[in-house]
Amino acid sequence: MNSSVSQSAATRGTLDATALREAVIGSVAKLAPRAAARNPVMFTVSVGTVICAAFTVHAAFTAQPFGFSAAVTLILLLTVLFANFAEAVAEARGRGQAQSLRSTRAELSARRVRADGGEDIVPATQLRRGDRVRVSAGEAIPADGDVVEGVASINEAAVTGESAPVLREAGTDRSGVIGGTWVLSDVIVVEVATDPGDSFLDRMIALVEGASRQKTPNELALTVLLSALTIVFLAVVATLPGQAAFVGAKADVVLLIALLVCLIPTTIGGLLPAIGIAGMNRALKANIIAKSGKAVEVAGDIDVLLLDKTGTITHGDRRATVFVPVGDVRDVELRDAALLASLADPTPEGKSIVQLARERGSVIEGRGGEFVPFTAQTRMSGVDFPDGRVLRKGSSDAMHTWASARAMVIPGDLSTAVERIARAGGTPLVVADDRRLLGVIALSDVVKHGVRERFAQLRAMGVRTVMITGDNPLTAAAIAAEAGVDDFMAEARPEDKLQRIRDEQTGGRMVAMVGDGTNDAPALAQADIGLAMNSGTQAAREAGNMVDLDSDPTKLLAVVEIGKQLLITRGALTTFSLANDVAKYFAIIPAIFAGSIPALGALNLMHLASPTSAVLSALVFNALIIPALIPLALRGVRVRPMSAEALLRRNLLIYGAGGVVLPFIAIKAIDLLLSPLLGA
Amino acid sequence: MEILIAFGLAILLAWPLGRYMAVVMQGRASRLDIVFAPVERLIYRWLRVDPARGMDWRSYAAAFLGSNVALFVLAFTVFMTQAWLPLNPDGVPNMSWHTALHTTMSFLTNTDQQHYSGQAQLSYLAQMTGIVTLQMLSPVMGLAALVAVLRGIVGGLNVAQAREGEPRDLGNYWADMTRATLRILLPLCLVLSLALTWQGVPATFGGAHHAVPVDSAAGMASQTIPVGPVSPMVAIKQLGTNGGGWYGPNSAVPLENPTPLSNLLEVVSIPLLPMACIFMAGAFVGRRRFTALIFAVMGTLCIALTTLAVTSEQHPNAAAHGIVADAPNMEGKEQRLGPVDSALWAALTTQVNNGSVNAMHDSMNPGTGLATMSAMLINMVWGGIGCGLLGFLIYMWITAFVCGLMTGRTPEVFGRKLETREIKLLSALLVLQPIVLLGLTAIALSVPSITGNSNPAFHGLSQVFYEYTSAYANNGSGFAGLSSGTVWWDMSCFVVLALGRFPAILIPLAVAGSLAAKRAAPAGNGTLRVETPTFGFAMLAVIVLFALLSFMPVLVLGPIGEWLSLAAPSIR
Repeated sequence: MNSSVSQSAATRGTLDATALREAVIGSVAKLAPRAAARNPVMFTVSVGTVICAAFTVHAAFTAQPFGFSAAVTLILLLTVLFANFAEAVAEARGRGQAQSLRSTRAELSARRVRADGGEDIVPATQLRRGDRVRVSAGEAIPADGDVVEGVASINEAAVTGESAPVLREAGTDRSGVIGGTWVLSDVIVVEVATDPGDSFLDRMIALVEGASRQKTPNELALTVLLSALTIVFLAVVATLPGQAAFVGAKADVVLLIALLVCLIPTTIGGLLPAIGIAGMNRALKANIIAKSGKAVEVAGDIDVLLLDKTGTITHGDRRATVFVPVGDVRDVELRDAALLASLADPTPEGKSIVQLARERGSVIEGRGGEFVPFTAQTRMSGVDFPDGRVLRKGSSDAMHTWASARAMVIPGDLSTAVERIARAGGTPLVVADDRRLLGVIALSDVVKHGVRERFAQLRAMGVRTVMITGDNPLTAAAIAAEAGVDDFMAEARPEDKLQRIRDEQTGGRMVAMVGDGTNDAPALAQADIGLAMNSGTQAAREAGNMVDLDSDPTKLLAVVEIGKQLLITRGALTTFSLANDVAKYFAIIPAIFAGSIPALGALNLMHLASPTSAVLSALVFNALIIPALIPLALRGVRVRPMSAEALLRRNLLIYGAGGVVLPFIAIKAIDLLLSPLLGA
Repeated sequence: MEILIAFGLAILLAWPLGRYMAVVMQGRASRLDIVFAPVERLIYRWLRVDPARGMDWRSYAAAFLGSNVALFVLAFTVFMTQAWLPLNPDGVPNMSWHTALHTTMSFLTNTDQQHYSGQAQLSYLAQMTGIVTLQMLSPVMGLAALVAVLRGIVGGLNVAQAREGEPRDLGNYWADMTRATLRILLPLCLVLSLALTWQGVPATFGGAHHAVPVDSAAGMASQTIPVGPVSPMVAIKQLGTNGGGWYGPNSAVPLENPTPLSNLLEVVSIPLLPMACIFMAGAFVGRRRFTALIFAVMGTLCIALTTLAVTSEQHPNAAAHGIVADAPNMEGKEQRLGPVDSALWAALTTQVNNGSVNAMHDSMNPGTGLATMSAMLINMVWGGIGCGLLGFLIYMWITAFVCGLMTGRTPEVFGRKLETREIKLLSALLVLQPIVLLGLTAIALSVPSITGNSNPAFHGLSQVFYEYTSAYANNGSGFAGLSSGTVWWDMSCFVVLALGRFPAILIPLAVAGSLAAKRAAPAGNGTLRVETPTFGFAMLAVIVLFALLSFMPVLVLGPIGEWLSLAAPSIR
């Protein structure tokens, strides 16, 4: 991607000092009860910390030993702080990313067009939806909006990182402009599309800030499950003293709180908000602005991708792919003739012919001559050389007429070649010199490099791709086969797209589509994921639930991955967190009852040195695992294109089995380190 | 060997039975219609129901609850007035109000936890109307609920016509009840009861026999041997995962279980219908591999728990150490049956939620106690009729939720998404079990004056915890050793019984109702399939993690503590 150019240091993997400080301050600020209550699991830990602290203070004042309860209190406090830190780091990164986008338009002023045609100079922050502003070459566009008059080339590097200028024109599908980008040429009038504080960027910033962030549906469901587990373990721990007393064992309150904190799913509970924010960050980093967290999450569920052929699957311009000589003309003759005829041709097709000829080994240099450009009347172009030689290339029927007029012999295999190219979805260009017809150049819509592989990956993940094109079915089928899409819609009109989306949805499938035109808007709104191109019309951008700042339709593939990654990270860490409980039980249960029921020592599988060090080791592990997993939470579990079955097996092995084994080793290791300290 | 025969026979019989049940419960036409259809029409007319009218999950749940209330009132009345009612040759008095409440709830919930001794405290009429009616209908209610849920998870009967979000038809409760009773349970009971009568189980309306023992000089001048229509009741007790016997000591009494053949028949009948339900479920959702998944998961747990119980009973009883040679544990067992049969029965009866016993669970070794308690805590290794599979579905949904996330999609089962609403409902059920069981155990233990334990320490804790676990699991087997029949035990178990039964049926029904109305996504390469070994393995892990981790401390203080203390010679 070309997105990282403009991003500040805060947005790249590492945190700079300011952001780090911000995160540390944030993690303390989040201790406030109101903020803490948003996360039931960590709130339980906070309450436990307070109770432990109270016991410590009480013991200290009544001259009882309080070292152990003080240590427990401290570790619990750290656990909460680590969880808060995870969230704060994710927020800081997100905010940094969004700020760096927003700062580009902070202090812009605008020339607002009055009804009478005059202009007022106002700060950009005062612009309202519907205001019109005039922007000339060398000025910055003050707000998101649509070009309503004129055409201009615009440098969007500040937002997208892409340095090549883009063309924006009123009344076309490429009328959308972003605030903070620069007009390079001409004058345009832009109709402002958003009120201050309501731009896509503002909405995106809200998505990465913990306080105002809405929990996404899956996150909510997971929070419910985690809360239920917390309540279960609360019941376990709360009823334990009553049961223990019956068998003659005493259970210390601080120990019970330690047990509770170890059992409740603090790892996933602490990292859950960070995972959600990090998902938004990844979208933002890919220069995608999602209008809701839900949209990103839903992207992981997509079953069908509807992709416009042009610009997504193919380059959109026709390129020369094959030279087909006719009659007794040799390959190289046709190749060199095609090259000479096109050297001065400025069109993309002409350039691609030159490129192809060079690739095929032509070393001929230009010999001057007069270029005859293509016109709608002649439908051919070529070169007249000073020595009288003439080269022409053009559409088959135009060349036919031209050749007949010169009484040339039409070789028998010419029409076969022309037909074959047309049937394969290409455009045949016939080449001739002043004496005979040389052959045909096949121009075809070339499938983008790497697209086929991407589609194969998507198929492995269970996502079907459908190509939409206005081409005739023959051409469409040829390109579809070449690109490896699962299905295609030929001669598709906008209403066909809408119908296709509805049909897929009735079949229970989730559909994503990309669009930029106003006539795409209904389909974008109907699709479960509508990714609008930022270059597209305002209507399209409003209808979609995501906007791609790079206007790169292949971005949809990245969006699907980000959505899946978000869910997989949550699931994997939940599994890990639950699996950890096994080892923690074996550490703490024998420790709690070690004094009163020595026989339970047999459960001390890890042979931890002493009850005290067993409890503290388990707690320390429980606290440290949170910061240890922050990088994973922020980066996300790596998504490989494989079937659900394989993915599940892999993740169960890593996070399930690993989650059972790792704490046994880690707690033992911490115990080995701690016990000499405690041993005195 | 005997174990293999019992299991093999049960599975062999369950397979055709399950297919027959699918035919019956799907209401497909069969040759037996000539016999049953007229009777059914009579019943429908009498109940004034239209069997063709579909119900959504709410109406189905309401009908279920309504029928429970009606039966509760009926049975409670009989127990409270049996002294004045006919068919009471032995002059049994009315029940105390709290025992009557407990008994009614116990049989209504298919638990059959008995805080009374049947032969002494119930008249023939009470046994036959109150007890047998409930024993007959309560398993059928579980089956009906299961069938409704199975219809729901594939979209309901009106899946083809209904639009997304519209309530779905989960079948007609009254029709399901009638068909299941008439065409499945009654014929099966008839067959088993005849076989048992042939083996010598009494079936008579005559009063108790009086006998003069041959060694009457030894202190007992005469002995009363209560009899009655025992064999039909034993049949329904075994087949209907009920467990409440005619006699207090249940199937350890020779009159309930006279011969090795009768023992085999009774063992095989315990898991028969729950296993048949599994075959039926596969047919209902149209996936054979679903049946395979259930068998694999339940079978693995069954083998593990049964092995634990049987091997544990092969070891000598620690209390008898030094008294008898190192023989298997024979305390509290029928000499005729021996340790293997007794342990197998104990393992099965707790797994299957039956609760009938042929030995004293109280006297078994701690390992067996651990196995039986774990089986009841999990409560879905075969499980009760219908309810066992409902328990399986609950764990399946939770596993699918966690595993679904790990495959990168919103979790779904059979194409229908599990969202916050479903997870909330399931979470309520997850939370309920530990709160009820652990809370009441702690209370009961803290006030020893009301528990009246016969054992202190670990074993005493096991007794109390077992009683509540058995009640919550709607199992009904007793660890014994408690002074049950007191107000405290009757009333606390009354609450536990209700909480263990109704949420466990209503919540899956609600989840199925809500899943049914959702848009179903076709399965693709990216969708998680539940019928795979990987998922089965994940499910086992979730079951062990969820069901056992929450109870590990109490199990440590109970059977595990006892086990370790017995193993270590140097106990306090």
